[in-house]
Amino acid sequence: MTEDAQTRPATVDLAAAYEESGVREVLEELDREMIGLAPVKQRIRETAALLLVDKARRELGLASETPTLHMSFTGNPGTGKTTVALKMAELLRKLGYVRKGHLVTVTRDDLVGQYIGHTAPKTKEVLKKAMGGVLFIDEAYYLYRPENERDYGQEAIEILLQVMENNRDDLVVILAGYADRMDRFFESNPGFRSRIAHHIEFPDYSDPELLRIADIMLGQQNYTFDPAARAAMEEYIALRRGQPHFANARSIRNALDRARLRQANRLFSKAKGPLTAADLSTLTEADLRTSRVFRGGLDVDRARRAEAAE
Amino acid sequence: MRLTQGQFSYLPDLTDEDIRVQAQYAIDKGWAVSVEFTDDPHPRNTYWEMWGHPMFDNPDAAAVVYEVNECRKLHGGKYIRVIAFDASPGWESIRMSFIVNRPKTEPGFRVVRQEGEGRVVRYTIESYAVREPEGQRYA
Repeated sequence: MTEDAQTRPATVDLAAAYEESGVREVLEELDREMIGLAPVKQRIRETAALLLVDKARRELGLASETPTLHMSFTGNPGTGKTTVALKMAELLRKLGYVRKGHLVTVTRDDLVGQYIGHTAPKTKEVLKKAMGGVLFIDEAYYLYRPENERDYGQEAIEILLQVMENNRDDLVVILAGYADRMDRFFESNPGFRSRIAHHIEFPDYSDPELLRIADIMLGQQNYTFDPAARAAMEEYIALRRGQPHFANARSIRNALDRARLRQANRLFSKAKGPLTAADLSTLTEADLRTSRVFRGGLDVDRARRAEAAE
Repeated sequence: MRLTQGQFSYLPDLTDEDIRVQAQYAIDKGWAVSVEFTDDPHPRNTYWEMWGHPMFDNPDAAAVVYEVNECRKLHGGKYIRVIAFDASPGWESIRMSFIVNRPKTEPGFRVVRQEGEGRVVRYTIESYAVREPEGQRYA
């Protein structure tokens, strides 16, 4: 004990620790690569500060317990939960809270077995794989199915809770899903609520943010909009939001994939003679305007809405 | 008599942290780590019981320590070892093996002499423990 006290530093330089740990790069990367999400970034910055201070406190011998790091990410689909979880894993590794910093993404199917006695080994296998890193459970509320009392999800939940408590040093669990269903999940599983310290909510992207995301996505693949196409995209985003199954950035990515498909088709059928690099990488208005979104969405959805209106 | 097989057996018993560091070394080398147990400590007994599958795709050794502790819950009175298997061409063999758990009392081995033709004597050893049926050794 006395020896311990002697080897302990008398002061801690937080700024130096901040620089040294490389947390700054992760936070800057987060700022640069993720559009919008201001409240999320704010929460992550706060969490990073807390963990940094906590680490310093442990170095001075003021605290010894590992803080609870399990988190829940709530928000609509396509709001960047998985991407932020990846960054979070890296952040935790740089701060020394997890050793490897890899992200293991699972859903109910990976944890819950089909037969009696099948679930426990399956869940344990996943937990072992995630040790030293972060376990990301997408749509965690599917684990709990109150309508079927013999559902094996309960067994997976019990093992999860046990490991979350006993192996706190070894892995961090992030639960993710829609906000309202997660709330109900936590209500019926109070064990989870008390073991999760950080609840982070992901807001939906605004239309201008989605347009910027579209620009970045295209840029990464060396494509560009021509001005008319960009205007069409803006209109597309506003229309798409009102239609069913809107999934924020994921919808944008799918729209762009389809636009690229149409562009390829257009070039293939219409182009005569040599094409320039610009021809190959420009999406025109026509590539976007042909989308069914401008005609009121998928035929099935349109029919359903007409039915509802009658 | 303290059983000395594999690595580190002349050292004091390994702590969980020691086990973790050694297993991490093996994992970082790309070897598959697994946990095995037995109650037959004869040095030529190469067939120990497997505790679960070898861990091929766990990047962190905390999983190994977790499994060792799970195995101890059920087989705490037996020998438990951690082995690391190297699957790379030219090796396909065990690279590391060390005992992580041993019974409270280890009765040791006796020499058995067999009189052969003429005055030939054949020697072998036998663990005192294996005189009891399987499952009843090491109480």
